[in-house]
Amino acid sequence: MSKVRVLVGTRKGAFLLESDGKRQSWEVKGPYFGGWEVYHLKGSPADPNRLYASQSSGWFGQQIQRSDDGGKTWQPVDNRFVYEGEAGTHQWYDGTPHPWEFKRVWHLEPSLTDPDTVYAGVEDAAIFRATDGGKSWQELAGLRGHRSGAHWQPGAGGMCLHTILLDPQQKGRMYVAISAAGAFRSDDGGETWRPINKGLYSSFLPNPAAEVGHCVHRIAMHGSSPHILFMQKHWDVMRSDDGGEFWQEVSGNLPSDFGFPIEVHAHEPETVYVVPIKSDSEHYPPDGKLRVYRSRTGGMEWEPLTKGLPQSNCYVNVLRDAMSVDSLDPCGVYFGTTGGQVYASADSGDTWAPVVRDLPPVLSVEVQTLS
Amino acid sequence: MIRVWLPASLRMLAHTDAEVAVEIQGPVTQRSILDALEARYPMLRGAIRDHITQKRRAFIRFFACGQDVSHDDPDTPLPDEIGDGSAPFMIIGAIAGG
Repeated sequence: MSKVRVLVGTRKGAFLLESDGKRQSWEVKGPYFGGWEVYHLKGSPADPNRLYASQSSGWFGQQIQRSDDGGKTWQPVDNRFVYEGEAGTHQWYDGTPHPWEFKRVWHLEPSLTDPDTVYAGVEDAAIFRATDGGKSWQELAGLRGHRSGAHWQPGAGGMCLHTILLDPQQKGRMYVAISAAGAFRSDDGGETWRPINKGLYSSFLPNPAAEVGHCVHRIAMHGSSPHILFMQKHWDVMRSDDGGEFWQEVSGNLPSDFGFPIEVHAHEPETVYVVPIKSDSEHYPPDGKLRVYRSRTGGMEWEPLTKGLPQSNCYVNVLRDAMSVDSLDPCGVYFGTTGGQVYASADSGDTWAPVVRDLPPVLSVEVQTLS
Repeated sequence: MIRVWLPASLRMLAHTDAEVAVEIQGPVTQRSILDALEARYPMLRGAIRDHITQKRRAFIRFFACGQDVSHDDPDTPLPDEIGDGSAPFMIIGAIAGG
């Protein structure tokens, strides 16, 4: 019997939600690391008992926790994220140079094949890698060292590297996204990087089609067609059919093309999910209706998914790392809100039900499908 | 034996009670106490002072015998009561945020 484990990071700790394959009855475990912000947790695809968690605090800084038993026990591992060489400067909000300063780990991405290898996306934007289960971190400095690095600027939420995608087919290819620098690709395992932002248009930039400076909120891919990428940008939902060489807008009939998460169905590479948000200043759903939108055509044509979701007086947000899918059939879809709800659908989004309603604000949701 | 009082978040991290004891050879200072504390509880490295600069984190305060010694030089000797264990060296998380 298959099982599902949902890893939930919140403003005040982490929670594990577990169910059998029916996904109707849930056991809620936690809080883990109570009182600390847990920006992200993720399990190793190569060993589902190996979990990594980013635990942070404005008082006490960054911790990385590791579990080798599926979350029963945790141990802190290395928390030193030191920029390689002379850290240098990036641009501050007002355009002046500002020293790179490590603030926190936003995202942890375990290797597809090795449980001991894990990547960390951090603020101020950089990518680090550990190959020893998190015991020591080294920056992949080619990203920050890109000639554009000194010109990157933070978005309103800080200059965070929040998305890391590993190509399961092309060895060494990986993608990252940074607010507000844009998307970047490496074809050599993270040693060298180049911007992949052609086709993006950001009206707030002096040059709206600039090489960097775009506020990319999230990128998603399907493992069977990793050259196809989907992006939720600050405004605009985008698609690339060539590994990010060029992007085209696929917002289509969405009620708003502003939002944070974007996710792809586990078995249908052209089925995509977004959660439209009213605007960049009004971070809640349009009309007070919490609607997930699904496209079965890879974008442009979107349908609202509303059954089981609040359709009046709902003013929560869904953050960029707070949506995920399982790999059961039918595909399960999950997301968490800033109001502390975690919603689950066991039928690809047709119907929804809350797993929990009253957690702290949800920062991240990841799903493990366990056999 | 030096007594060190920890805030709740650091107790959780180090799996300790509110008060822990450390041994120090030589002068009893902020630096020597934190060195001994981090040696015994390595998970606290980076949580009280920066890994590289060794500067106190902004929202951390140190108290000794009712006095805020946060801004003292880290090598300044602390009161005798800290050294003889009759008073704890207190590490405090500043009141801020929600």
